Amino acid sequence: MKSVATTPVSVTSSRASASLRNRPQRWAPYLFLSPYVLLFLIFGLYPIVKSLILSLYVTNGPKDALFVGLANYAFLLHDHDFGTAVWNTIVYAFWSVFLQLPLSMGLALLLNTKWVRGREFFRLAFFSPNLLGQVFVGVLFTILYQPQFGLFNRFISWVSGGLIPVDTKWLQDPALVMPAIIITSLWMYVGFNMVYFLAALQAVDQDLYEAALVDGANSVQQFFAVTLPSIKPVATFVLVTATLGSLQLFELPYILLGNGSGPKNAGLTIVMYLYNNGFQTGDLGYASAIGWTLAFGMLIISLIQVRLTGATKANA
Amino acid sequence: MAIRPSIVLLRVGMYLALSLVACLSLIPFVWLVAATFKSSGDIFSYTFFAPLSRLTLGNYKDLVTTEPFLRYVINSVFVSCAGVVVQLFFSSLAGYALAKYQFPGKKAFYLLMLASLMIPGQVTLAPSYELLYRMHLVDTFAGLLIPGAVSVFGIFLFDRALQQVPDELIQAARIDGCNEFRIYYEIVMPMVRPMIGAFCLISFMGMWNSFLWPTVLLHSKEHFTLPIGLSQMVTLYSSQYGMLMAGTLLSIVPVVALFFVLQKEFIAGLTSGAVKG
Repeated sequence: MKSVATTPVSVTSSRASASLRNRPQRWAPYLFLSPYVLLFLIFGLYPIVKSLILSLYVTNGPKDALFVGLANYAFLLHDHDFGTAVWNTIVYAFWSVFLQLPLSMGLALLLNTKWVRGREFFRLAFFSPNLLGQVFVGVLFTILYQPQFGLFNRFISWVSGGLIPVDTKWLQDPALVMPAIIITSLWMYVGFNMVYFLAALQAVDQDLYEAALVDGANSVQQFFAVTLPSIKPVATFVLVTATLGSLQLFELPYILLGNGSGPKNAGLTIVMYLYNNGFQTGDLGYASAIGWTLAFGMLIISLIQVRLTGATKANA
Repeated sequence: MAIRPSIVLLRVGMYLALSLVACLSLIPFVWLVAATFKSSGDIFSYTFFAPLSRLTLGNYKDLVTTEPFLRYVINSVFVSCAGVVVQLFFSSLAGYALAKYQFPGKKAFYLLMLASLMIPGQVTLAPSYELLYRMHLVDTFAGLLIPGAVSVFGIFLFDRALQQVPDELIQAARIDGCNEFRIYYEIVMPMVRPMIGAFCLISFMGMWNSFLWPTVLLHSKEHFTLPIGLSQMVTLYSSQYGMLMAGTLLSIVPVVALFFVLQKEFIAGLTSGAVKG
């Protein structure tokens, strides 16, 4: 009986290994990956190399180019408008991260409590603004921010008991442009980041809480001893992606400010400045230099964040 | 079992906080819907909805008569749907290769993909434009679709999802003489339907809402997608609020509708890389 049973098995396995050696399995993965590789070489690698080269030229549209060496980068250092763009972008990134993430975390903690009813509804409601692209949000909020009649002014004037005037010119007053952008981005992204925090909280090992409870930890101690370490990788991921996303801000202020940078360039961001230089003025070289400066800054900032949160250690 | 009053108070407070944020999230949508049905005289006279007798479809009529708005809708639908199909196919195919084959150079592919994620798109905006200009693809839909035909995010997503497909199944299909592509297409892919749904929605939203690259690439009105069309309308008709709101509402309805259908899969797909990784 035994020998009869083993024979067919050995036949199939030898057939399978034969097919593994000389059959399509060997080249199939390369074939399946080839579209990606091809597209990456043409539309990824080539433009990367080319933009490094291009950043050493002054250009006028895609046809004329003049070699200037590192002059584009040197000019960036003295370019007053670029300075404004960098400052605005950093201010935006700072506030959007330090207001957004604690709010997202707080909402996620509330929704993660055991007795909450309607969790699905709240998650859906909080997330829904994120379905809209920045352009559509921009169009909507230009009208919500209208002085005198706009819903936003009416609302905060009512909440503040008339302390904040109903004719506040959010998008016309240079001092208020950035707050208006930050408020809008809070509306868009608090729920989005909350979804990540909530998923991380739901994945925390419940036994750890039991153990903490046995040790007599109160809920605040539980949060710092169990919750925070458990969600650290996700929290770092959200922190880094939210920061990188806000450093690339463009559409929202561009549309809010009527396809421009706002009064006194109060809403000018780095990517907007890149876009203006490359595609309004036509200097693709200068635009590339701005792009590389941004990429370098983004790399440095995310490395610092990963180091500070110690996420690499937690993973190891 | 009696609950202490302080706990009741705490719970009421938490529900109040949650409800407040939910209202703040949803009120702009309500206002938007209401605004599209109000005449320009009424738009600010009534905070939300005007009385039934004053409701009007005039904004929608203005939208399609003063602007080639339907053209924008058709372009957006075409570009987004075509983009989803192309991205789904190439990304899942590459993801399958990484998930289910052992082959020399596999590590290099992972490194390549990670490296390409590190460089933000704006860096290559200028040379990409120059490249497409030379390829005569400026102001064409092909110029929009081809460079983005594979999504690295999608490859990672499918790599992760397809690892759960049992090897025995693939092996059995091979023994039955099924070729490698048919195994991918007819056996493996149908097993990860929820992930396909999630990816389609994520990719659709990305394409539907995308503005920077399309606005750089597309110059003529007949090729505009909704974000470009709407962004131009903001400056052209800056005081026609009702019409702008009608345009905005029509632009977001498809994404919202798709989201309601695929909600669960979407959130699972969004967080799968971050949470289990």
